Amino acid sequence: MKTIARLLGIVQPYRWWMLLAALLGFATIGSGVGLLTTSAYIIAKAALHPSFHELQLGIAAVRLFGIARGGLRYAERLVTHSTTFRILGRIRIWFYASLQPLAPARLQRYRSGDLLQRITGDIDTLENLYARVVAPPLTAALVSLLLWFLMGTFSPVFSTALLCFHAAAASLPVATGRLNRGTASRIVRLQTELQAETLDYLQGMDELLLFGRVNERRERLASLKNELLRLQRRQLLIRGAHESATGLLMNGAVLTLLWLLAPQVNGGMLDGVFTALIVVAVMASFEAFLPLPDTAGHLEESALAGKRLFEIIDSEPEITVPENPEPFPAQSSVSFRTVGFTYPGTSRPALSEVSFHISEHEKTAVVGPSGSGKSTIANLLLGFWRPAEGAVSVGGREIGTLDPETLRRRTATVTQHTYLFGDTLRNNLLLAKPDATDEELKTALKFAGLETFGERLDDWAGQHGMRLSGGERQRMAVARMVLQDAPCIVLDEATANLDAVTGRTLMESVRRFAARKTLIVITHRLREMETFDRILVMDDGRLRESGTHRELMEKKGLYASMWSLQHRPETASLTGNGI
Amino acid sequence: MNLDRRLLLLLREHPLPFVTAVVFGAAGGLLLIVQASVLATVVDALFLEKSGVTDIAVLLLFYGLASLLRAAFSHTERSAADRGTLRIKQTLHERLLHKTAALGPLQTRSVQSGKLGATILRGVESLDAYFSQYLPQLALSLFVPLCILGAVFSADLPSGFILLGTAPLIPLFMTLIGKAAKKATARQWNTLSRMSGSFLDVLQGLTTLILFGRSRERIHSIGEISERFRHATMSVLKTAFLSSLALELVGTIGTAIIAVEIGLRLMAGAIAFKPALFILLLTPDFYLPLRTLGAKFHAGMEGTSAAGEIFALLDRPEPSTKGNNTRRAEPVRHSGPIVFDGVSYTYPGGRDAALKEVRCTLEAGRCTAIAGPSGGGKTTFGNLLLKFATPSNGIITCGGKPLEEMDRDEWLQGISWVPQQPYIFHATLRENLLLAKPDATEAELMQALRSSRLENLVHSLPLGLDTPAGERGARISGGEAQRLSLARAFLKNAPVILLDEPVSHTDPALEVELLASMQSLIEGKTSIIIAHRLSTIEHADNILVFDRGRIVQSGSHAELVSKEGFYRNALLSIREESAA
Repeated sequence: MKTIARLLGIVQPYRWWMLLAALLGFATIGSGVGLLTTSAYIIAKAALHPSFHELQLGIAAVRLFGIARGGLRYAERLVTHSTTFRILGRIRIWFYASLQPLAPARLQRYRSGDLLQRITGDIDTLENLYARVVAPPLTAALVSLLLWFLMGTFSPVFSTALLCFHAAAASLPVATGRLNRGTASRIVRLQTELQAETLDYLQGMDELLLFGRVNERRERLASLKNELLRLQRRQLLIRGAHESATGLLMNGAVLTLLWLLAPQVNGGMLDGVFTALIVVAVMASFEAFLPLPDTAGHLEESALAGKRLFEIIDSEPEITVPENPEPFPAQSSVSFRTVGFTYPGTSRPALSEVSFHISEHEKTAVVGPSGSGKSTIANLLLGFWRPAEGAVSVGGREIGTLDPETLRRRTATVTQHTYLFGDTLRNNLLLAKPDATDEELKTALKFAGLETFGERLDDWAGQHGMRLSGGERQRMAVARMVLQDAPCIVLDEATANLDAVTGRTLMESVRRFAARKTLIVITHRLREMETFDRILVMDDGRLRESGTHRELMEKKGLYASMWSLQHRPETASLTGNGI
Repeated sequence: MNLDRRLLLLLREHPLPFVTAVVFGAAGGLLLIVQASVLATVVDALFLEKSGVTDIAVLLLFYGLASLLRAAFSHTERSAADRGTLRIKQTLHERLLHKTAALGPLQTRSVQSGKLGATILRGVESLDAYFSQYLPQLALSLFVPLCILGAVFSADLPSGFILLGTAPLIPLFMTLIGKAAKKATARQWNTLSRMSGSFLDVLQGLTTLILFGRSRERIHSIGEISERFRHATMSVLKTAFLSSLALELVGTIGTAIIAVEIGLRLMAGAIAFKPALFILLLTPDFYLPLRTLGAKFHAGMEGTSAAGEIFALLDRPEPSTKGNNTRRAEPVRHSGPIVFDGVSYTYPGGRDAALKEVRCTLEAGRCTAIAGPSGGGKTTFGNLLLKFATPSNGIITCGGKPLEEMDRDEWLQGISWVPQQPYIFHATLRENLLLAKPDATEAELMQALRSSRLENLVHSLPLGLDTPAGERGARISGGEAQRLSLARAFLKNAPVILLDEPVSHTDPALEVELLASMQSLIEGKTSIIIAHRLSTIEHADNILVFDRGRIVQSGSHAELVSKEGFYRNALLSIREESAA
């Protein structure tokens, strides 16, 4: 319930639209009630053989209600759909805005595509929030109110009796909701499990065959499916019972009112002409309660989806934006002073007592085996994480005092995996410099060795667009780097996924561009190390050695042994060289 | 009408629940007529005949009973339809699982595996509404209106003709709706999926946005995109909903015409009050089933389109299963040399043969290295050896027995395989290892972890071996996955080993250790290594160089080095690179 209230708080700006849709829904059912009651009135009155003009008003009303109901239903559907789309958009904005300050530190757990897909799935589930959760009870309440007044014109006893039946119909979802409690969440859990198991079955088929486990897995999948079907059936049975119970309540209300009204008609307190009218009004009013069985189910689903979204959003951001950030320094030197850092959930520090100073325009390589803390240096430098000990500063200012967005705009970063958005090449490039002209884009592409892309700026890139090779993606990243024109450049394993030749040409273009900039290259491949002013050698979170390639080779320490290990012909890759 | 022949055939397999559903639905429809008649009598008695409460008590009791019966019938109807639907879903799900197993790993692990998964998971589910709602409703929407029409005709001829006259408008509008709805639902669905697709794109690229310091700006554009989608969809829905407006109007105006018509004739004394009220009470229920069917149209459409996907999968030709399931299969042997005799293989749908006339002998207890450029046929060679594919031509034997005639499961029992990209199951690391040897002791597991250099990784995890792996669990890197697969191979300890050597070299020191440990694994066994390292090749007893589906060179390292050719050229270029 708290989750639903919070969700409603988020979509609260559209409350007038929601109210309008609910009013239209009410008016639709109201005209249904009107159509049938006036029809009943006409024939009852006609049975008394009055003059024609006494029926005229009724006949006009019947026509009016008949047409209004269709028109109102149409308007209601349009407004409901439009409101639903508005609400979805609003929830997306809200979720993104709340997620954005948490990234990337708090989202490490959610990196896999699977989980992101589940987030979008949860948001899509909230599509039902208005049309199926909020609107039906609201409409039912309004219809009930209408009938209260209508019946009240005859007798307060009638309106009270009908209200009791309406209240019973309205409380049915509470009862079925209780019976079904937990079923929705169990179903969601089973579905997730089934999805993972199906993926295992399909993609792991070769290994299942190898270990002779195909039949075992298939049986497990079938039994999971059966369990899911059993739960779904339980849900459906309860829902079916709910619908039948609503029908029973309607008939109960008809009977009760006939019972109450009979002595009054007999006693002359009520004109018999209204008997049929009251009966059909009662019957027609229950139309408003028909969608309620759905509501209970969707309520639980929406609450679950909302809860999962809130769980993600409710974590404390790692970085807070300073209220009065200091002006960004003109100088682009970088220094780490006795920095220590441990990732949450791990016991081993990723960095301990790391100190170094990189002067402006210096070219530095950070090397070391995987897991030695190389990438953590980049993560701290970009302000993704806050160091537990010591300080990281840029141009002499501690980065915690700077605006993080400015920091990142002034530090161009190329990582191992370049993400391209499902958008045009142009927009993917403009990310780095929103006001760049096409000429600038073409120059940047040319610099990155992608001249041919200059004519295809409107082509769609990313998932559903042109398939870019790994090399082309990294070149796109270099083009972005050129456009960004930041004083400091960080390459984090930027060429790790590329073959030797492509990697080398890419590095050449970067080096050409970075001549008058501060350059930090993080890599595990010890290639062309002579070109760096300094090499920082990391191992186990500590800075073990630093110096030029020549100095380090002479030292015959960790670096020298890593270098010779990588340059033994025996461990060289045959594949990379065309065998 | 959305009646897919093959879906209807499924009904024939489990007919009882659906027959029950329709019978009880129809009985409910008849009760509805009875109720209307009772109600009309009661109102008539109260209004015109001034009867007392006691006079109508029996009728009210009768009405109450009919209501109870109707509730029971409708519940039986729904529950029977659901039961039948459940059985059909169960049957289809099992059939799809069997089918995918029969299709084999080469097809399930292909690019399309995502689509296969979607068909198995979502395709079957989207048939639900088709069987549980659409089909029963289709039967009822023919039967119930006909009954009501009969009742109305017997009560009053002119009213019967009005209903009969307006009814054909409904199927007419329904086909119109069908067309518009098809477009609208497709459009609506497209919009929703594009909206969520573009949002997923933003979430996936969030780190990139942050890297460029542009993440805050995106908030604005998400809103703009949503609005754009909304406008585009609404303009389609505006016209699409028009046809359902027409349908609704047929119902309400039909009711209005009946009311006015009988009202006027009542006044003229051409009809009595009781049949008039009876007809009025039934009129909305005459149109209702047809309108409900219109609402279920979507379910029908979704069902037939899902059926298309499901049956396309079930109809897919299975690869030749010679020997896979034969009863009198040859006893399996893993000892003795494995001989490829003129083996060719073409992938289904492929134009060129992936292997052409391959002849070679993999000596028992010896190590054979396979080298060559990618696309040369190395992987296909492995697939044939694993019986994932059967040769199009030629024969493979082990110890003189043809592989084709051996049972695939038994043959695979004697083989360890470390693929280039091993699959990590959504289970704990322990369960992932136990796959290879379900009864392995803790000590054996530890030994396997040590041999595959995974010990440190496992110790660094808070839950150790009980850490969940796969997408939902710890993120296992490609290199770690391969070491895990190596650990499985150590546990299985099979007499034949097929090893696809890791290409990436993240950590040179670790790599040297791993190479040594792989050597110990293959010691004394018939091993085939798809090699990427010179050192591995140098240690092999025999080397086969594949290029464009053929073995272009074979022999020991010393022999190949002395000969002009592919092998020596490649070797020279490595020397140059490492000297640089």
